[in-house]
Amino acid sequence: MATTPGTGALMGFVHRRRRGAELFLLVLALAVGVGGYAAVGLGVDGEVPANIVGYGGWLAGLMVAAHVAVRLVAPYADPVLLPVVAALNGLGLAVIHRLDLAEGDSFAPQQLTWMTLGVILFVLTLLVLRDHRVLARFTYTAGLLAIVLLMLPMAPVIGKQVNGARIWIHLGPFNFQPGEVAKVLLVVAFAGYLVLHRDALALAGRRVLFVDLPRGRDLGPILVMWLISLGILVFQRDLGSSLLFFGLFLLMLYVATERPGWVVVGALLFSGGAVAGYRLFGHVRVRVDTWLHPFEYYDGGTGENSYQLVEGLFGFAWGGQIGKGLGEGDPGRVPEASSDFIMAAIGEELGLTGVLAVLLLYGIVVERALRTALICRDNFGKLMATGLAGVFALQLFVVIGGVTRLIPLTGLTTSFLSYGGSSLVMSWVIIALLLRISDQARRPVPELTPEVESSPDDESTQVIKLSKT
Amino acid sequence: MSELTFFLIRIAYLAILWIFVLAAISVIRSDMFGARVPEAVRTAPGPAPAKQKKPPKRRGSPTHVAVTQGSNTGATAGLDRAPILIGRGTDAAIRLDDDYVSTRHARIAASGDQWFVEDLGSTNGTYIGSVRITQPTTITLGTQVRIGKTILELRK
Repeated sequence: MATTPGTGALMGFVHRRRRGAELFLLVLALAVGVGGYAAVGLGVDGEVPANIVGYGGWLAGLMVAAHVAVRLVAPYADPVLLPVVAALNGLGLAVIHRLDLAEGDSFAPQQLTWMTLGVILFVLTLLVLRDHRVLARFTYTAGLLAIVLLMLPMAPVIGKQVNGARIWIHLGPFNFQPGEVAKVLLVVAFAGYLVLHRDALALAGRRVLFVDLPRGRDLGPILVMWLISLGILVFQRDLGSSLLFFGLFLLMLYVATERPGWVVVGALLFSGGAVAGYRLFGHVRVRVDTWLHPFEYYDGGTGENSYQLVEGLFGFAWGGQIGKGLGEGDPGRVPEASSDFIMAAIGEELGLTGVLAVLLLYGIVVERALRTALICRDNFGKLMATGLAGVFALQLFVVIGGVTRLIPLTGLTTSFLSYGGSSLVMSWVIIALLLRISDQARRPVPELTPEVESSPDDESTQVIKLSKT
Repeated sequence: MSELTFFLIRIAYLAILWIFVLAAISVIRSDMFGARVPEAVRTAPGPAPAKQKKPPKRRGSPTHVAVTQGSNTGATAGLDRAPILIGRGTDAAIRLDDDYVSTRHARIAASGDQWFVEDLGSTNGTYIGSVRITQPTTITLGTQVRIGKTILELRK
């Protein structure tokens, strides 16, 4: 993370605000959302849905609200992030609506409500949090809160087991996955912790076989994280979150210390945990077996087999290059199509072309987040942006990799696309945090930038700078 | 509706999706290369011209930074070598043996005939008076800049 000298190369120019570009992209994003909704109506009923104006107006209102908030309180923030996630959210709504029509549910209106709540929290986060460095003060508070939240589903009254995983809490009419909030809090906690301790973690240690191994006494935090992840795996039976939290910690540790030794240690711990999990727990073994031999376990929709996975694969295959068209396929065959398996529905109705577009959009989100981390001036912001990018990327890899049978299937939501309130709301908060960091990073320093890198002993840089202009 | 209409709708929606993706990428592209270079950089591209253009020596303008309190009291650095890096690191113009100071803690740099102090993402922060600064802040003769247990100020 010693990018402080490198920052100058990226900061050779002043970032523009680009709010106009953001508005233009938002209009296109609205076309993606409303167009999808209209196409679903045309495909299923043969006519444009009657409430398209109200629906489109609501979506447009949400986007305008988010845009105005960014314009007012984060004028230099990244122009691409907001439209991309708005488009993903709009596409997700259209696909969920399509699945509602196939299965007779009403998830789409609920999802729209959650999106509204998400945008409200997005605006609030931007309004309340004017400087992301404030969060560094809450390092340990955030960490403690995250652990409490992770344990909440284990509590007797409010915790509840759904589909084999104990990750929900029920408070009156509200169902909630506290793990989604814990995710963001953990990024804050890791970032704060690593900024303070990275010197100790990075410099001490021994060199064994070209790899710098860390000191024994510094292994404490990584072991604690490993135990927490294993705990989630054992007690909550949630493979996906367990993988996500451990991967996130490892990633941030590596970025903070620039030492591959940590990755080696982490990978060993992970393989150990994975092998032990496979040996000891039935639910892990089922996942691995159905991943390796899905067609042997395909026996018609009775719980713990590969029915869902194989139906998803059939969907992808049936979709082919350009898909069956929205409303033309049969994505209702896949159980849980609107949450975990939304990519299979997209693959069936929009084909490989649509799936690639969606993957590219996710790629753009991660790229913008990592770029924010690169140009950010303070280490805490750098680590936080990296962590948020990591959460996003890991989660997508785990769920899309699972759906496409690249890795064993684990239950996680596809951010912004799939049905699920806690996930959608927290994804909007993540984007708000990223926009806040990027606003701070791109905001021009008052007339100081030209001299940023002119330290007297940097002759070579100076020559290049002269010849460039 | 006919098969053809459905086919066209399908293609049209995929086109919208990809137009959006390509538009987003083109915005990223213009963001990378199309940014305006500020006037100051264009007229004074490198540090060499910047040195010639150093603040005019008016009467009463500061000439050096001095440590007025803390373990390194008395250490100074001339402002003609701006920007001045302050920290515990060996590359700092003013090296402070203060446990509360980061390796690259803060920087004092000029803009026109004004002087700025900028925190470089230090752990314990840079203070002017009792206020922790979050962005480059103007300082004048005698403004007390606190870094860890050390206090620095501009001197004539």
